[in-house]
Amino acid sequence: MKRKSLGNKLIACPYIVWSALFIVIPLLIMFYFALTDANGVFTLANLSDIGRYKKAFGISILYAAISTVITLLLAYPMAYFMTKLKVSNQRMLLMIVMIPMWMNFLIRTYSWITILANTGIVNTFLGKLGIGPLKLIYTPAAVILGMVYDFIPYMILPIYSVMSKIDNSLLEASEDLGSNAFNKFKKVIFPLSRPGIISGITMVFVPSVSTFYISQKLGGNKTMLIGDVIEYFFNLGPVYYNVASAISLVLMLLILLCMFVMNRFSDDDDGGVII
Amino acid sequence: MKALSRIYISLIVFFLYAPVLVMIAFSFNESASVWVFNGFSTKWYTGLLTDTIMLNALKHTLIIAILSATISTVIGTAAAVGITSLKNKFIKNSLMSVTQIPMMNADIVTGISLMLLFIFICKLIGLTESLGFVTVLIAHITFNLPYVILSVLPKLRQTDANLSEAALDLGCTPVQAFFKVVLPSIMTGIATGFIMAFTLSLDDFVISYFTCGHYQTLPIIIYNMTKKSVTPDAYALSTIIFVAIFILLILYNILQGKNEKTARKGYAK
Repeated sequence: MKRKSLGNKLIACPYIVWSALFIVIPLLIMFYFALTDANGVFTLANLSDIGRYKKAFGISILYAAISTVITLLLAYPMAYFMTKLKVSNQRMLLMIVMIPMWMNFLIRTYSWITILANTGIVNTFLGKLGIGPLKLIYTPAAVILGMVYDFIPYMILPIYSVMSKIDNSLLEASEDLGSNAFNKFKKVIFPLSRPGIISGITMVFVPSVSTFYISQKLGGNKTMLIGDVIEYFFNLGPVYYNVASAISLVLMLLILLCMFVMNRFSDDDDGGVII
Repeated sequence: MKALSRIYISLIVFFLYAPVLVMIAFSFNESASVWVFNGFSTKWYTGLLTDTIMLNALKHTLIIAILSATISTVIGTAAAVGITSLKNKFIKNSLMSVTQIPMMNADIVTGISLMLLFIFICKLIGLTESLGFVTVLIAHITFNLPYVILSVLPKLRQTDANLSEAALDLGCTPVQAFFKVVLPSIMTGIATGFIMAFTLSLDDFVISYFTCGHYQTLPIIIYNMTKKSVTPDAYALSTIIFVAIFILLILYNILQGKNEKTARKGYAK
């Protein structure tokens, strides 16, 4: 028995080495870059200059928060209605929701330009009705639409998976005890679906706040999100790696902070459920 | 209520598929525009077959996806088995926290930190060309690993430890016991992990963007295409990928349905 458990422990070793090398050390190197200048001399300038990008940080967080809320409002009823379908239909719908996730998100985002452009599908249609053309593309709303569109499956799926596990007898019990539809939702369905909501929020907020493609395509470079700033500096060349690392570092800490606050805010016993 | 829910579901599905439909429609456009539809043509599809850049990128994408999914499945499954047998709570918890990092971190941060590592190492050993096939592969394995581990771990928790002890009592070596008892019972978790790793790798853009150098995968090619004005060939390519995924998923679904049926029959007997 001893020999077996020793062997079992040893086979985790490749992973331990791997995660040290490619998860922990890269973050340490990012720290190092953030705290040095291009010549490798220690400096706090990169971090103290971060205030210059507070607008980009602010807009990123604002847009990500708005799109997360919209996504939640759209996805929650969807997940709920899905659980009310026949099981075979549920599985089919689940696939339908998942397929777009596996298509290249760059192209899906780009297609929105065809739809929203001044000569695009929506405006052509509106023009036939004698309205418009409306300014749809290259607006903040278009960026938020892009975020909602790209990440909504990540909200639907976790909420659905939690909701579909809710025991029907609990709902019946609440009815027997005199709950109306609203109370049934408030006292049973919503609290039980909370872990799904929390992981959905995380899975939508994190990619939204750090995206650098959606804003370039649908926002028309007018709104620089923090991801765009990081990408911009990296494309400028190695001299700017230090600044970019500092911004990335702050972004990472900010996301961690948001998540920490949200986990506090949610239930203590669900605290461990993140993904 | 039922009608309302149907309408709502249809609207969301329409929202999800509107850009996909637009993309499919314009992939058959006669002209090079993705704005105005001039007539039906399949020339963008036949054009793809001779586009060596595109075909090369497709090859790169598939190689990286298959290799990274396979390697991360092997390392990840081994890690999950190891983690389960760890007694020390502290080591176990810190290992699980580290595992969560690539999942929680923004892709752009993961991509950049890996890129910095690769550049750093190459400077140390004096290589000039730092980014390429090896670095993309390492990056993909790294972000795949957590998903494999987290899909295998629950299956391991469900397996009865007594079973493998019984196998040992009946004369199996520990290795035999693993392959004959543990492995079959966690197979579904391993398969899920592999499929997840494969699709994540296939679709990844952000992390590849920072680590690929000249080894361009499909998402990178598409990114470069959308930097200039897009012609319908990018749409044609995506349509092909869409159809391929669609068929794969339907097959998977039919197979799963069949499995469930035979399983039910088995129970009935």
